[in-house]
Amino acid sequence: MRRILVVEDSAATRSFVRSALEDGGDLGPFDIVEATSGFDALRLLPRGPYDLVITDINMPDINGLELVQFIRKSDRHRSTALIIISTQSSEKDRARGLSLGADDYLAKPLDPEALLSTVQRLLTNRPAAG
Amino acid sequence: MADMGDKAREEFFSEAHEIIEGLSRDLLQLDSSRGKGPVDPELVNNIFRAVHTLKGLAGLFGAARMSALSHELENVLDDLRLGKIELSQAALDLLFRGVTIYGRILAVEKGTRSDPLSDIDEFLRELADLSESQSDDAPISGAFYELDPGLLAVLTEYEEHRLRTNIEQGQSLFRLRVRFELATIDAALSTLKTKAKPHGEIITYLPTGEGAEADSIELDILMASKASLDVLRSLLGGEQAQIEEVPRRSPSAKDPVLVPSRLGSHGPSHDPLPYASAHPASAPPRPKAVAQRPGALPKTASTAAMAAEVSLRSVTQTVRVDIRKLDLLMNIVGELSIVRNAIGRLTESVRKSPELREIGMELYRLHRGFERQLADLQSGILEVRMVPLGQLFDKLARVVRQISREADKDVNLVITGAETEVDKLIVEELSDPLMHMIRNAIDHAIEARIERERVGKPAVGTIALNAFQKASHVVIEVEDDGKGIDESKLVSAAVKRGLLAQEEVTELVHREVLNLVFIPGLSTKSDVGELSGRGVGMDVVKTNIGKLGGIIDIYSERGIGTKFTVTLPITLAIISALIVQVEGRTFAVPLASVQEAIWLDPAALRRVEGQEMMTLRGATLPLCRINELFALSSVGKTKTRPYAVVVSVGARRLGLVVDELIGQQDIVIKPLGPSLKRVKGFAGATELGDQRVALVLDAPALIEEAFLGGGDAVVGASYG
Repeated sequence: MRRILVVEDSAATRSFVRSALEDGGDLGPFDIVEATSGFDALRLLPRGPYDLVITDINMPDINGLELVQFIRKSDRHRSTALIIISTQSSEKDRARGLSLGADDYLAKPLDPEALLSTVQRLLTNRPAAG
Repeated sequence: MADMGDKAREEFFSEAHEIIEGLSRDLLQLDSSRGKGPVDPELVNNIFRAVHTLKGLAGLFGAARMSALSHELENVLDDLRLGKIELSQAALDLLFRGVTIYGRILAVEKGTRSDPLSDIDEFLRELADLSESQSDDAPISGAFYELDPGLLAVLTEYEEHRLRTNIEQGQSLFRLRVRFELATIDAALSTLKTKAKPHGEIITYLPTGEGAEADSIELDILMASKASLDVLRSLLGGEQAQIEEVPRRSPSAKDPVLVPSRLGSHGPSHDPLPYASAHPASAPPRPKAVAQRPGALPKTASTAAMAAEVSLRSVTQTVRVDIRKLDLLMNIVGELSIVRNAIGRLTESVRKSPELREIGMELYRLHRGFERQLADLQSGILEVRMVPLGQLFDKLARVVRQISREADKDVNLVITGAETEVDKLIVEELSDPLMHMIRNAIDHAIEARIERERVGKPAVGTIALNAFQKASHVVIEVEDDGKGIDESKLVSAAVKRGLLAQEEVTELVHREVLNLVFIPGLSTKSDVGELSGRGVGMDVVKTNIGKLGGIIDIYSERGIGTKFTVTLPITLAIISALIVQVEGRTFAVPLASVQEAIWLDPAALRRVEGQEMMTLRGATLPLCRINELFALSSVGKTKTRPYAVVVSVGARRLGLVVDELIGQQDIVIKPLGPSLKRVKGFAGATELGDQRVALVLDAPALIEEAFLGGGDAVVGASYG
């Protein structure tokens, strides 16, 4: 089963992402793991590898950009697909995320269909992480 | 609101609510810290993040007005945290208003309130005006630092701003390389933050990705501080932390990193800049793997495994639970106590039979065990329902701030006992009445500045909000040092409106006069509120508190102030009650109001003004005959020596005259059907476990009735 790590400090947003991806279409169902902060993600990453990490940018302490860089620098998680989610207002942050190696971004408010199709696009033809 | 599942909707409301409460707290803190040195950037950022999260939530759940509000607030807050606009009084006022409007929007979305919210557009324009008046980015002062571009590239716009601000303020930059055990990172990090806070600001935390292990992680922490390297080393350094000062580069050096204005052009693909690799000597030595490091705590394989297990846990150890689920559990406990009572009765009869004595004793022991466990379960659930009143008081602090500004009065709110805990439902229901009382105090009781000075009072008025527990009740006092109630004006207004006969006036004692503020016809007239210095809508306040099984008392002294005392039960879910019988019918009296039960001594009885009284230990106790009150038809056997159950609420006492005392029992109060609902005097009904249903007497309402008489509803008139 494909594993997805959702990093987001808002519980309602995590639930939203979970319900949007629940069914998963052709590739699903997914094994969705939720992290409540950047640190929580660091704690959960060693339990991977994950096929995909979806992360918010604006989080206290370790922000989403730092997480993206960490994942891209790590041998173990290098091939993990990465989606950043951010609000429209933080364009600068989004550009930085993409230059750090995120595969795609989605703007908040999230659209469940766009989220699912982005996830499917990134995971299709990508070998399962293991 | 967009279509979505009930559960998701609930989650949305509860998270939004939580965030708004936090937002309100942070704003109050910001308000009180204003003018006392530099504003805490972390606080402003927390406020920004709260609104940011609300915006995300509102978008997800299609709450358009909340989205629009969040969007404008976010712009203002973003400018504030990025230093583009000043934290002025006006800005702060707008933010406070924003919190209030959030509350209204939520109530409308929830469907608990109809509010056209017509003033929102105007408010949004004001917010937009504020954020448009911003100045452009301040020029960079030109300090040069040798920073790893990898580190710079991952700063968010906000972190970049904080870095720039700190450099402009002449702070030095330090890099801390710290290794944390993943299992304990939260505690370790918060210790580090607490230690670092007085000495500077932590800009960011960057996981290095080097020497990554399953159970520990290395972080590069970028910190700005005025302290010297030695001070920071002794403060924060240690075996797991290396601290280096980030060297300043001379501006003439080749390829300087101008911090941080050119950040945007630096991607990770750029050549590494000096700090990271060209100056390897200045970089702190890389710690070896944890287990091998000399001096590190010896760690066995099993604790390592445990740490890995622990690391799977989420950061927060709390769960959010819908209060209705707790109600359901409480109902089950209630049903179980009915079973317990039935088993108890069965046990008693088994024990009485000589040939079943052995079994009876065993049954008795089992029953006692069950009783204890059930009591533990019940108190456990009750405890979960309890929340500190501080949550509500924070909200009221905001109201005081807002109303006092509207009324142009200086008011100081003094809160004590915010840690006192009450059932969540009670806290919810208390919000409106308390808010109302506080509004009255500011609008009508606290005098204008000039007036206060004229009578020799401090210019700043004081409202005290005190909470404390008293036996199984919680007492909340709302006290002001305003002008107090003018009794004569109150009385004449009551007479004028025909609520009081002229000849009755002389018979009224102090307390009865003050209690006139609770009479509907009188207190809803705002002009009387103005006259009396108090009392707009106090009848509604009283009714709402009565619904919670509470009572409100008033004490006022002309020129000195007014004090309202609200006495409430701690929980509504399950109560101990005294079961009594009157004319063969069973009633329950909540034990929380029962002081004692005594035999009625016919010799001590007398009648004063139609009210039956008895003398109890030298004091007068008014009596209420339940059979007469509810017009119960006699079932024949007349009780020669009935009992008086003495109930009290606040300082008032009343003796309820009943035929038999059956015993004490825990009961779950169920609401009455529509036909009995309008009858005062009953708090509800309950099931006693032997298929019998008993009506629960509402002691506060009965006391009310006995002391003030009349009223708008007739107690018990339709029960027979």
